[in-house]
Amino acid sequence: MSEKVLEIEHLVKRFDDLTVLNDISLDVHEGEVIVVVGPSGCGKSTLLRCINALEEIQGGEIRLKGEAVSKKSRNLPEIRQKIGMVFQSYELFPHLNVLDNITLAPTKVQKRSREEAAEEALALLSRVGLQEKAGSFPRQLSGGQKQRVAIVRALCMHPEILLFDEVTAALDPEMVREVLDVILGLAEQGKTMIIVTHEMQFARAVADKVIFLDEGVIKEEGDPDQFFDHPKTERAKEFLRTFTFERKHSHS
Amino acid sequence: MKWDFIMKYLPLYQKSAVLTVKIGVAGILLSILIGIFCTAAQNFRIPFLRQAANVYVEISRNTPLLIQLFFIYYGLPKIGIRTNAEVCGIAGLAFLGGSYMAEAFRSGIEAVETVQYESAYSLGLSRWQTLRYVVFPQALSICMPAFMANVIFLLKETSVFSAISLMDLMFTAKDLIGLYYQTTESLFLLVIFYLLILLPVSLAGSLLERRLRYAGFGT
Repeated sequence: MSEKVLEIEHLVKRFDDLTVLNDISLDVHEGEVIVVVGPSGCGKSTLLRCINALEEIQGGEIRLKGEAVSKKSRNLPEIRQKIGMVFQSYELFPHLNVLDNITLAPTKVQKRSREEAAEEALALLSRVGLQEKAGSFPRQLSGGQKQRVAIVRALCMHPEILLFDEVTAALDPEMVREVLDVILGLAEQGKTMIIVTHEMQFARAVADKVIFLDEGVIKEEGDPDQFFDHPKTERAKEFLRTFTFERKHSHS
Repeated sequence: MKWDFIMKYLPLYQKSAVLTVKIGVAGILLSILIGIFCTAAQNFRIPFLRQAANVYVEISRNTPLLIQLFFIYYGLPKIGIRTNAEVCGIAGLAFLGGSYMAEAFRSGIEAVETVQYESAYSLGLSRWQTLRYVVFPQALSICMPAFMANVIFLLKETSVFSAISLMDLMFTAKDLIGLYYQTTESLFLLVIFYLLILLPVSLAGSLLERRLRYAGFGT
């Protein structure tokens, strides 16, 4: 088995009295794509936010290549560089053009030269079909384009792992495809990723492993085909039924 | 309208206009500094300084400049601090303007959404880098209209300086009316000079606002 990139052990996350994540343990190996599915409010996004130390955790441990990830870590910015995150609402910086959005962190955080960072940014942009948008501002882009830029921005930092938090949830249906294709491409390149999504067909296509999260607990995990075709728990069956539609014929 | 009167006292108005601008600019620059200081104290939640800034903002915004000037001009000498009218004018304007600037800056910073900070943090930016490269540029753009309105407001407020015998534009106009009863001419000159000072500022403000309106927030 390839090297472990991320280890989560007995993670507990509480907001006051409400336990959002309860005893979550998960290993992510190099090149592995984990898809997290589950009903709204089950703690999927919170899990990603904990991995990126945007949330403080109340129990357990998260390690990235052996290094503890915690909101209290002294070298938090250094750890976060290695964890790329793509948000549901893109969160590009509105005052910077596309190229500057992408090169800001490489130049200011990693102290890479502007030329080198820009060169890589343009190469990545052309891979997602947006090289001609390098000088545009975020407000001039469609949702799908913004999300592709956000993915490139995360990639340009050469992260060890990429986190996708419902990245197509705010998009029009036609734009969902272009973003998902980019993520599928990344999976083919062997990037390590954790993806939270409601796109079940995509989840099945991209995942090496599916995690079904419900009420803050991992209820089921395993091979995508097995999960989607033969879910073990009643809760997972019920959840998956919400994605299938049947017309009830009632002609007499 | 007596044009010869106007021509005769034009240089006097020019002189007082220079004084008005000098005090106005100095007061505004100081109020920007005070505003930045208060915003920092409030935003970084520095204990004591934060409460002090809050108290200052409330006192400063809820008392008229005239009263503040009287307090500085007549009150300070009583506790042994002696200054001239010009320094009092600058101090008064800075005392009033500081709170208005602080409120403008605060509104700008508060308008930047939390998830923008998170987006920057997730890229590995430190807290300071996040403020410097992500939050401040956006906040500046958002608070620019309020900031320019404050600049114009403070320049106009200089008209109460005459109350502490500063030879500003208002003082000159009142003086000439008192001496020669040439009310129309004196007030005409007063209006013209205030317009000459304020119109370019207003115009520059609009240009600056347009220049900084790159962000297109919310989308």
